[in-house]
Amino acid sequence: MTEHVATNETILVVGGGISGMTAALEAAETGKNVVLVEKNPALGGRTSQLYRYFPKLCHPTCGLEINLRRLKNNPRVRVLTLAEVSGIEGGTGDYTATIKIKPRYVNENCTACGDCGRAVETMVDDPFNYNLGQHKAAYLPNAMAYPQRYVLDPAIIGTPDADKAKAACKYGAIDLDMKEETIQVKAGAVVWATGWKPYDAAKIQPYGYGRFKNVITSVEFERLADIHGPTGGKILRPSDGKEAKNIAFIQCAGSRDENHLRHCSRICCMASLKQTHYVREKYPEDGKSTIYYIDIRAIDRFEDFYQKVQADPSVTFIKSKVAKITEDEQGNPVCWGVNTEGYKRYTTPHDLVVLAVGMEPSVKGINIPGHIVADSSGFIEADPANGAVFGAGCASNALDVNRAVQSATAAALRAIQVVNKVAKAEA
Amino acid sequence: MSANTALAEKYRNNFLKEIEEQVEMGDWVKMCMQCGVCSGSCPTNFQSAWEHPPQELFMMIRAGKREEVLTTTSMWNCTSCYNCIVRCPRKLPITHIMHGIAEYAHRLGKAPKMQPTRFFSGLFWKNCTHTGRVNELKLSMGLYFKDGFGAGIKEGMKMKDVAIGLLKAKRLNPFELLGGHKCKDQKGIQAMLKKAYEIERSRKAAKMAG
Repeated sequence: MTEHVATNETILVVGGGISGMTAALEAAETGKNVVLVEKNPALGGRTSQLYRYFPKLCHPTCGLEINLRRLKNNPRVRVLTLAEVSGIEGGTGDYTATIKIKPRYVNENCTACGDCGRAVETMVDDPFNYNLGQHKAAYLPNAMAYPQRYVLDPAIIGTPDADKAKAACKYGAIDLDMKEETIQVKAGAVVWATGWKPYDAAKIQPYGYGRFKNVITSVEFERLADIHGPTGGKILRPSDGKEAKNIAFIQCAGSRDENHLRHCSRICCMASLKQTHYVREKYPEDGKSTIYYIDIRAIDRFEDFYQKVQADPSVTFIKSKVAKITEDEQGNPVCWGVNTEGYKRYTTPHDLVVLAVGMEPSVKGINIPGHIVADSSGFIEADPANGAVFGAGCASNALDVNRAVQSATAAALRAIQVVNKVAKAEA
Repeated sequence: MSANTALAEKYRNNFLKEIEEQVEMGDWVKMCMQCGVCSGSCPTNFQSAWEHPPQELFMMIRAGKREEVLTTTSMWNCTSCYNCIVRCPRKLPITHIMHGIAEYAHRLGKAPKMQPTRFFSGLFWKNCTHTGRVNELKLSMGLYFKDGFGAGIKEGMKMKDVAIGLLKAKRLNPFELLGGHKCKDQKGIQAMLKKAYEIERSRKAAKMAG
């Protein structure tokens, strides 16, 4: 992570998730200088928040670890965390980006020993766990955070807690005087890889997300299954901490719906199929999954994954878009609807309902600096009018990790071509 | 040849096309993706009369089940609450399609004659176009006696407390039985209706010939 001067032969990558990291590394490994901007305190994005990913059900730590190692070994990538691009000016081959960097209050001396975390008493919501739990206000964003450095929550700055943290640090790593900075970075091309956000499930009013504690989203379920999550890897329902053994998965929660997201989010079917494995893993004897679906879209070559889940006796498939969810006296969410295979009405209680929420592009509704052509769902289009700003990963389409990486590599290649032209013109 | 046979002949095995062309909003039927949220959100809960929920009707149309669709009582049970339209992920105007299919079945003479909604619709129309005003007494009596004199008396007796209450509150005028109140310009109303029928008839004839 050597500092280097950004020129118009530099590639600016916005977003440090799996797509942004990939694009940055692919470009840097061909010899380009890259500035990688991430708004969170650590890289990895939503991929790092998964328990496992399909189809091999390995842990994301594995895939991310490889990328982090490449990153540590590559002096051409300059990583800026807690940083957000607030404006881009100029055109192809000659952009100037304005980047706001929030204070971390912890400098490079940090060894991640954790003394400050032990000293501090204030607890704050933990966004890494989708606010399902809380963590100390001096914290490591997640177990494999890169940079492996603590962060102080701005809430404790100016309180005695901050002084406690400072006093506890043996390495002089805590700097309470850090201020927000604004810097300018030059770049020849920009890869926009800001990813996605889960669709706001509370907008699907009949499903009662936000009103019923035991209706959660698929991304929250990932955290429940993860050993680093708020329940230590036990699938417990939020209302009373009871083991959730009879779990309903509701597909197309927001997706494929003109009232919510027009597009198919592609990953949700596979995510729910994957999550039925978690249920069986945690409750091999009596775990039960029910998938309510319109049609299962096991994209691409994952049909065999679907067939294996179908063959599992603990998983039931019901062809129906659930019409509404209510709550009974025991706090069980009850699904109402009509099974379109046989047109039978059902009213079925479950321990927990998991809404397979759709992907909303994070660029939607945000004023991306410059003029960006987006499709009707808000994903960045590959359009010449975008100049040398290239969408990558889930900023450009609803993609799984595998395809996001492919898309990021493609975007890196486009960016490389632009800066190569700039270099030639200047030579 | 009846209108029904003529249209069945015209579209042969393509009932979906027939619905698309002949039924108001019928061209939406093909957009249904069979998610079932319309039926799930229907407040009628398909009590016994709701034989086929909307998405099943749409599938039956696509499967060419002409006789079954046109003679069913299902779409006549729609209460026009519009829940299904609000919830449909493809924005199908389901309520309107239900009424469209019902009207088409009625037009072809296929709709079940004594289905209460259909019977009431006919009764209401005759009642209010006769004088230009709704005669509520005649309307409710007409509905009571739908299944014969005996059944009518029985139904009337069941409701007699309500009727007496209405009488006392002056919400029911027994003299309405002798003709009842009328709108001022009787001739004007009839002329207007005649013109409307003419327009409708020519429009539908053109559609059927189409």
